[in-house]
Amino acid sequence: MPEALLEVNHLKKYFPIQKGLLNRTVGHVKAVDGISLSIQKGETFGLVGESGSGKSTVGKTIIRLTEKTEGEVKFKGVDLYGLSPQELRKIRPSMQLIFQDPYSSLNPRVRVGDAIGEALLDHGLAPKEEIRNLVLEVLKSCGLSSYHFDRFPHEFSGGQRQRIGIARALILNPDLIIADEPVSALDVSIQAQIINLFRKLQDTRGLTYLFISHDLSVVEHLCSRIGVMYLGSMMETASRDELFKNPLHPYTKALLSAVPIPIPKLKRERIVLKGDIPNPADPPAGCKFHTRCPFAVGRCKEEVPVFRDAGGGHFVACHLA
Amino acid sequence: MNDLIRIDHLSTYFDTEGGKVKAVDDVSLRVREGETVCIVGESGCGKSVTAMSILGLVEEPGGKIVNGQIHFDGKDLLQLSKNELRTIRGNDISMIFQEPMSSLNPVLKIGEQIMEPLIVHQKLSKKEARERAIQLIEQVGISRAKQIVDSYPHELSGGMLQRIMIAIAISSSPKLLIADEPTTALDVTIQAQILDMLRQFKEQSNMSIMLITHDLGVVAEMADYVIVMYAGKIVEEGEVVKLFQSPKHPYTQGLLKSKPIINQRQDELYSIPGQVPNPLELTDSCYFHDRCEHCMDICRTKQPALKEVTGQQKAACWLYEEALVHA
Repeated sequence: MPEALLEVNHLKKYFPIQKGLLNRTVGHVKAVDGISLSIQKGETFGLVGESGSGKSTVGKTIIRLTEKTEGEVKFKGVDLYGLSPQELRKIRPSMQLIFQDPYSSLNPRVRVGDAIGEALLDHGLAPKEEIRNLVLEVLKSCGLSSYHFDRFPHEFSGGQRQRIGIARALILNPDLIIADEPVSALDVSIQAQIINLFRKLQDTRGLTYLFISHDLSVVEHLCSRIGVMYLGSMMETASRDELFKNPLHPYTKALLSAVPIPIPKLKRERIVLKGDIPNPADPPAGCKFHTRCPFAVGRCKEEVPVFRDAGGGHFVACHLA
Repeated sequence: MNDLIRIDHLSTYFDTEGGKVKAVDDVSLRVREGETVCIVGESGCGKSVTAMSILGLVEEPGGKIVNGQIHFDGKDLLQLSKNELRTIRGNDISMIFQEPMSSLNPVLKIGEQIMEPLIVHQKLSKKEARERAIQLIEQVGISRAKQIVDSYPHELSGGMLQRIMIAIAISSSPKLLIADEPTTALDVTIQAQILDMLRQFKEQSNMSIMLITHDLGVVAEMADYVIVMYAGKIVEEGEVVKLFQSPKHPYTQGLLKSKPIINQRQDELYSIPGQVPNPLELTDSCYFHDRCEHCMDICRTKQPALKEVTGQQKAACWLYEEALVHA
């Protein structure tokens, strides 16, 4: 296999819980608790999970927006956590992040064209006089027009703002884009437009995506490999077709069966999970999913299941699978 | 089945700096006893304002119901005094919203918030109300009800808070429950629990539900009858199976095609071009015309009326009017 573009090994991110006058650390929220994944060039890896599963923290920790607690992140073979701040800054343009709410990531007083060109200027990647043309070019490939250059963020609709977010990332010619719930805030008709844009950009520019989302139908549509997270741990990873046809982990099965399908009076078997996701500061012992798992046996309460290859690159962490 | 609520020609307008926004524009609909009607549409289509108009929650100045009647159980809600409306809101019509956290008072215990309407509207004593509150919490599937009753909202998860909201809503055994995006802020596994519960309550008590949502998957699961809104108007309505099987309005067709469906992957998703029109710049035309594949001359100059296309299905689209003319 060729070298992966991004390789994450046993990554951990613990947030301290501080209490009292002296801010003593009384425990940790284990937001990311030893996950591993690798993404090949040109691939789209989908990271799914419910709120609090740690999927967004994975994205931020990979790109060093928050520092890891333990583990290793390799980008193009380079250990990102071994880099000095200057070296990191140099490599950053080639990995970009896109967020859910594009409005809150734009300065309301900065014209959109300037906001998109800002990073180029800042990183000294293009001479000042060329920037306008580069911005116009990227606006066009994101489905916006040249007259949008001098407009302010409030003049755009949600879908257009997400296009601006994408343009801002794209102008740096990144190899990897980490997109954190980029279509969740959009209406269905606009969501489809943006999903198609992600697709088109990948085809024309050979981009690699880490696509973080809670929406399995969107992930199925866009991703070639998928990882399912629960309470900071990876429960299952497999290729898209394998995961949707042959899910092995009970949590994945429950997630899949809970997605509403727009076909009325459809009879299907549904695994309804009991209760809520447990507190990540105090996760259950053994398999973290055992408190909600309809199939849990005694062993699940005591022994942490190993994340193992169940055949053909389909990894799962479950005693029963 | 009898009509429980019937809305005729409702128009709710808002005055904004830019001009008049017709958030709800000549909308007529009904919900029958024991029926679940889903209102579906994208942001800004007027689905929530329709619900707020029913409950008298459109605030003046700014918003105003300029026309229409809302008949509920024989009374015209728009003619009632504030007090009469308040009695109906506490007893016969309940509502749950998208964000349970912002609907609950953060400094009052869960129990007190469930007890309040019981004491005010059902005239229970404090002790009776507390017992009833504990029962209700158990009824919505939360264990440890005796502890939860003395907890504060911040101590509960989003899914639990939405259950509490449902407990408050059903505490008066309402005839109509209006649910505005009740599961949009929740995870899918929790959403499945909540939808199951709503269905259960509906079957037990013959309650009617008006469910407002943008999620066609939720509509397919819950609805008996579906109303599709676009830019303040109903563009299509019909019985759920018929509407999903053979949508008539190009907007409904586009919506259904553009939603990715699990296990039915396509290489490229269909997407409706363009975006929702600016509500301040609407002219006499079909509001969907500039995004429509079938746009004809008449669509740009004249608004189509909502008319029956086949039995149990109506659409507001010139395609069908034309077909009638040429037939």
